[in-house]
Amino acid sequence: MRPNRATSLRDKLRSAPDCGGRFLWGATASVALGDLLRGTSLGGHLGELAGRSVLIATRDQLAAAVALIELDGVARRLIVCTPDLSSEHLPSVIAKAGVDAIVSDHDLHDQGDLGVRLHVNCDPAITPAESVAVDSHPTEWVLLTSGTTGAPKMLRHTLASLTAPIKSGQNQGTDIVWATFYDIRRYGGLQIFLRAVLGRGSLVLSSTGEAVGDYLLRLGARGVTHISGTPSHWRRALMSPAVRAMAPRYVRLSGEIADQAILNALRVCYPQAGVGHAYASTEAGVGFEVNDGLEGFPANLIGANGEVEMKIEDGSLWIRSARTASGYVDEEGATLTHDEGFVDTGDVVELRADRYYFLGRKSGVINVGGLKIYPEEVEVVINRHPAVRMSLVRSRRSPITGSLVVADVVLKGEPEATDVKREILALCNENLAAHKVPATIRFVPALNVAAAGKLARHHA
Amino acid sequence: MSIKAAIIAEIQQIVGERKKTLPPLRDDLVLLESGLDSLGIAILVARLEETLGLDPFTESDDVSYPVTLGDFIRIYENAAKSRDVASG
Repeated sequence: MRPNRATSLRDKLRSAPDCGGRFLWGATASVALGDLLRGTSLGGHLGELAGRSVLIATRDQLAAAVALIELDGVARRLIVCTPDLSSEHLPSVIAKAGVDAIVSDHDLHDQGDLGVRLHVNCDPAITPAESVAVDSHPTEWVLLTSGTTGAPKMLRHTLASLTAPIKSGQNQGTDIVWATFYDIRRYGGLQIFLRAVLGRGSLVLSSTGEAVGDYLLRLGARGVTHISGTPSHWRRALMSPAVRAMAPRYVRLSGEIADQAILNALRVCYPQAGVGHAYASTEAGVGFEVNDGLEGFPANLIGANGEVEMKIEDGSLWIRSARTASGYVDEEGATLTHDEGFVDTGDVVELRADRYYFLGRKSGVINVGGLKIYPEEVEVVINRHPAVRMSLVRSRRSPITGSLVVADVVLKGEPEATDVKREILALCNENLAAHKVPATIRFVPALNVAAAGKLARHHA
Repeated sequence: MSIKAAIIAEIQQIVGERKKTLPPLRDDLVLLESGLDSLGIAILVARLEETLGLDPFTESDDVSYPVTLGDFIRIYENAAKSRDVASG
């Protein structure tokens, strides 16, 4: 039984008992959901977008939220750009996804000719409009996540797979106010956006560049009740003087390993709230939620029958469910599912007593506050320094951002320690994003090289 | 060098590397407004473990996250005291 899964987001809103008093609140503007049912953000162009492969490339989250509601069930495909998608990757995203229309809230002409003729401007200021009859299409949602070479991986979902983790009948209070530290164009944030739209409450969106203290004050003013973020988001919130401006009933963590310290700190800060951590990824969907206040997850979840099936193979967690992505847009590359529909999450777990604990990524990918780093991209930069013979970049646990990047460096001659260290850091600062610059550099006499001539990496 | 002096020297170093400006470092300065974002604070904690041999945030599951520079310094001073007591 999958009630309400066949209809679009807008149909769901229309059939909700009462949209009056429900809002999407941004930092500078807001949208009443009732107005959206009687109006449009797309300036009369909805009909032209029917059946197309539409790239949503807005700066503002609120503009993206409104466009997603309007276009689900209308567009053939929605490609949801993350706010940090670099312009160098835009042409390949457009080509791979067969984009033939772009919806944006700003001028994209500085990106050069993208080869897409239909550009529609969207504006969260809703203008009243007669409802237009458009052919309904089951819309494919394409979500982006960072990939090995820096080019994003493009994962195919449907409204059904995205909403499969949302239990009907749960969180249906009209007084619920949702919020998320995530951007709603990432899987973790999208889950909260969909819970808000499909439930009966409202949603408070963050804004790009908004200081965490300012967002917390807005959350308090709007009376937020349910809020999610990564452990790094939450640690940052706990270091803000405004952390007690809000008093949520439910606090959720996902996207990174939730350690016992952050779970305990949230319980102390918000004694009235339930604190839960969820395992989810764009590829595997929501795997499970843990609500017993402890890090890791109960071993009896593995092998259990249910909506989500999980197994451990080669030390990593594999998941099969109706919530996983159906595959990559570009299937010539890697395939997502193996072995009868199971997705290898690449997350390495270890069994201790009756619980599993996450150790890190099988591929060696380092997750700094939710951002992925491939060690090789940092090593290439370090190795450019004339005094460097070779380097190994690895992950180090951090109580603030989950992990940090650190480097072991072999020099060609004797180390004149401080100067070379400073120069390597300067080189990294010039060529890499801040989260990719090593936090510490250690000079070592040698690095282990494995039999195949590659650096020996200790993954996870 | 005192714990406080070591912390301030390390903050100045990190802020300098990242080409940010540093406001006057008073005890009531909110750490996230010191020119360090949470990544900067993570780097500070990692480097202090190397220079002071202390990581008070990892040693216990019951940590309080510091809001001000004064909070941050106190957490390290307390960790140093309990280490000195433990080592006798």
